[in-house]
Amino acid sequence: MQRRYFIKSGAIALATMGLSPSFLRRMTYGMALPGAAKGKVLICLFQRGAADALNVVVPFGERSYYQLRPAIAIPAPSSSMRSALDLDGFFGLHPSLAPLKPLWDKGLLAPIHAVGSPSSTRSHFDAQDYMESGTPDVKGTTDGWLNRYLAASGTCEQCKVSPFRAVSMAPQTPRILQGSAPTVAMDSLAQFAVRSGGDAAARLEALYRTGSADVVHGAGSEMFDAVKMLRSANPQQYQPANGAAYPRSQFGQRLLQIAQLIKSDVGLEIAFADIGGWDTHVNQGGVQGQLANRLDDFAQSIAALTLDLGDRMENVVILTMSEFGRMARQNGNGGTDHGHAGSMFVIGGGVKGGKVYGKWPGLAPEQLFEGRDLALTTDFRSVFAEIASGHLGASATDALFPGYTNGSRLGVLR
Amino acid sequence: MNRPALLLVAFVLTACGGGTKVIPVQPMSAPSVGDAREQTADQQVAHVLSRLTFGARPGDVANVRAMGVDAWIARQLAPETIDDSKYEAFAAAAYKLIPLTPGELEQRFPPPGQLLNQIAAQNSGRGNADPNNPPRMSRADSARLRASNEGLRQMTQEVQGARVSRAVASERQLQEVMTDFWLNHFSVYDAKGPRQRYMLAEYEHRIIRPAAFGKFRTLLGAVAKSEAMLFYLDNWQSQAEPNRPRLGAGRGGRSGRGGRGVPPGAAQRGRGLNENYGRELLELHSLGVDGGYTQQDVISAARALTGWTIRGAQQGGGFVFNPAVHDAGEKLFLGQKLKAGRGIEDGEEVLDIVARHPATAKYIAFKLARRFVSDTPSQALVAKAAEAFTRSDGDIKETVRTIITSGEFLARSAYRAKVKSPFEVVVSAARSLGAQPDSTPRFAQVVAQLGQPIYGHQAPNGWPETGDQWMNTGAILNRINFGMLMATGRLPGASPLGFTDADVLRTAVKELQVDGVIDALLGGDASPETRQILISGENPFARERSAADSAATMGTAGRGGRGGQGGIGGRGGRGQPPGGRGGQPPNAPGAAGASPPPLPPLPQLRGLPLVVGLALGSPEFQRR
Repeated sequence: MQRRYFIKSGAIALATMGLSPSFLRRMTYGMALPGAAKGKVLICLFQRGAADALNVVVPFGERSYYQLRPAIAIPAPSSSMRSALDLDGFFGLHPSLAPLKPLWDKGLLAPIHAVGSPSSTRSHFDAQDYMESGTPDVKGTTDGWLNRYLAASGTCEQCKVSPFRAVSMAPQTPRILQGSAPTVAMDSLAQFAVRSGGDAAARLEALYRTGSADVVHGAGSEMFDAVKMLRSANPQQYQPANGAAYPRSQFGQRLLQIAQLIKSDVGLEIAFADIGGWDTHVNQGGVQGQLANRLDDFAQSIAALTLDLGDRMENVVILTMSEFGRMARQNGNGGTDHGHAGSMFVIGGGVKGGKVYGKWPGLAPEQLFEGRDLALTTDFRSVFAEIASGHLGASATDALFPGYTNGSRLGVLR
Repeated sequence: MNRPALLLVAFVLTACGGGTKVIPVQPMSAPSVGDAREQTADQQVAHVLSRLTFGARPGDVANVRAMGVDAWIARQLAPETIDDSKYEAFAAAAYKLIPLTPGELEQRFPPPGQLLNQIAAQNSGRGNADPNNPPRMSRADSARLRASNEGLRQMTQEVQGARVSRAVASERQLQEVMTDFWLNHFSVYDAKGPRQRYMLAEYEHRIIRPAAFGKFRTLLGAVAKSEAMLFYLDNWQSQAEPNRPRLGAGRGGRSGRGGRGVPPGAAQRGRGLNENYGRELLELHSLGVDGGYTQQDVISAARALTGWTIRGAQQGGGFVFNPAVHDAGEKLFLGQKLKAGRGIEDGEEVLDIVARHPATAKYIAFKLARRFVSDTPSQALVAKAAEAFTRSDGDIKETVRTIITSGEFLARSAYRAKVKSPFEVVVSAARSLGAQPDSTPRFAQVVAQLGQPIYGHQAPNGWPETGDQWMNTGAILNRINFGMLMATGRLPGASPLGFTDADVLRTAVKELQVDGVIDALLGGDASPETRQILISGENPFARERSAADSAATMGTAGRGGRGGQGGIGGRGGRGQPPGGRGGQPPNAPGAAGASPPPLPPLPQLRGLPLVVGLALGSPEFQRR
């Protein structure tokens, strides 16, 4: 196919400037491998600002927890609505996460505790950078680990590549997806279109469909293909299934659009969205308050997504992450300062849920990291690598996480 | 020059059939040898305007022709001889915060997080720590918070807006191109931490731009002592390891520095050596990643630079050398011994050594040649430029002069060989339409929506300098939509009919309109297909290729990792004032608003504005 393409456009290609070898390489497999991806989807959700893991997955069985947090601790499970939702007699979910409880009950939700970056940094910037580049304490890494996955697995003969293989529902490509492999970032599906009336769009398309094989014409032709592909999926007509009700929040609406993309079968394999507001230094609240409000939006949006996707959740994994946890002890302002280990959720049909994963390090003074934070027992790369290989089928995860070789697996996937 | 006469000629040509007023496109494989100028005279004029400025404004082509390409280049290499008072007057009136130092700005507009903490601390002092009954903010507190937020918004808008308006309107265009180059070479990120954004105005206007054409060592030293770089690459908190001899006694170590002006949580306990700046100094700023240094050299550089730090905002900010945390031990750096017992001279000597290192000459020469000539400059050109760098003791102007007066620069293969960055797309569009400098944040927002938010590159390697990285599915869509947006005249200070002869052309026949737009926006040079499509909407090649196309339509890969965005003209995350993104999410809950409604299509364009919109969206306009 690529040979015919180049013969066809050869004369014009010769007259075109700026033909770069790397472009040609990507062009070749892009043209040769049309179609949808292999069906597995990973949805990564980043809680930016450092979510307070100890009030998200609550260790109510730990006596120190209540000593460290007299004003903001979540009460142990009781008949009251204002208490943790019991998971296993030791851990419970924050009551605002009630929409996720049915997923736990069905064995589709696996919380991981005391997980995060081995770096001791407490800088949001550095920690987000490490979590997205996948290289803790190495600042020079220029690409994100999800992009490295795309690049590594996109070159195989059998892979099928879609322009919507990796989509960030965000105004800019996030660090985690930056790199050499193609990705798309968009604020909303409706905005992925040429904004002009009359025949301007057709004429613009003609400008790029002259057969020239240079990088500018190539990108333009592919863009018009992608726009058509999305239009034929008809995103405007979307109705969530199973009565799923997404919050009107930005996060909720972004998850709704991820569901649209998945159900449109445009070849989505990696989706990314983020949600801010977790940096609760002041008055974070307990059962109610700031953190509870963020968790309401977070849980309702994810619950709607899983309901909407229905049976398709069999092939979907949702992975949530935040750059670090927060101090075990509440601070003087009814909030929590930057800490160390945090928590993650892994949700999906292929997940061995119904169990809280990760070795619990305890909260006694001598058990805390640097005497103040939840200690780390699971490296985030262990979780990422397990999902990349176990769910997406990545073959060489040491290329995704350079320098990380001896990681054991938690076994969260079936 | 006499436009009506030219138009008349063009009209006659057009009327006499076909009318393809097009300079033939040259095969790119043409080897460029020697110093002979392969480009035609017209191409040379278009070329220098597209590479050494941010794009031709109305009248620029005539000016360069009249002056001669060589004399015009010589003038741009001496920016101090170019009168820029008109832009400076605009800037002085429009940007009141840019002249302030980082310390002044931080004192005036404290970070909201810090203010909130102060307010909460006062309240909890009144015994209020009940989470279900959060303390009330007094009216005065909210006013302080609002004022600070408003000031920060204004400051960010000025910093980002001035970057665009100066590129659009300054007469010292090559200096501006060089400023863009060095800001990218010494890239910093505005959301590194809450203090970073106070430091950007000073960094750009008083560190980088004044040194953009001087000695590399001077620039490197100014950057090394800038608050922006000290903060961004963490050197301000790098300290001698506990087992190392220190220069001073007394304060230092744990209790010494970093308390004032540092928001809670950002302060690091148990500080020691931080290699971040030492590494990037070698890898990105001077020798280059293949420059032949070792991890030991990185550590030595970092040790030599311990104590190079920043005063707190309360103390007025600014660079200070703190001997108490300086590692005064002996170091071996790139084969040279740095003697024990020294202070700031240690770091200065490291900068001396790297600035004069042959690998640095080669790396800087390569990056400049890549910026000005092509994505893959020849070894010969790089060697020649590196030689000029070394011979002139790292004189940036001499190095640039060597490159832009070389035969390779004016070779056919260099002509339109570069893909514009989003910043270049937006600024060149504004310039081609004769836009006035604009004091609103609108253009900076558009640059961000195209994928290159100003001061928004997170990693220290800067934005891509090669075309394949900028071209991808989402990026091209946004560029096209930006062209249509420009053509509607909805961006401040920019009319789609601001280019030369637009008034005359408005009522002219289509062929004349198209040729006029090609002159003004595409340097007088478009492919036969582009010209035909601009005139008739018909693609002469479409029919014969339609079969091949439909086979290839579905499921091709998009491309390029970077900056594929959706939604130009929409409400953007970046380019917007502080808060939201990345490092420091807003403290307040409910920050996430509802998602933006679908954007309505732009009004249907007709006539000359439509031709302008199509030309701005054309493949030719994406190149320089």
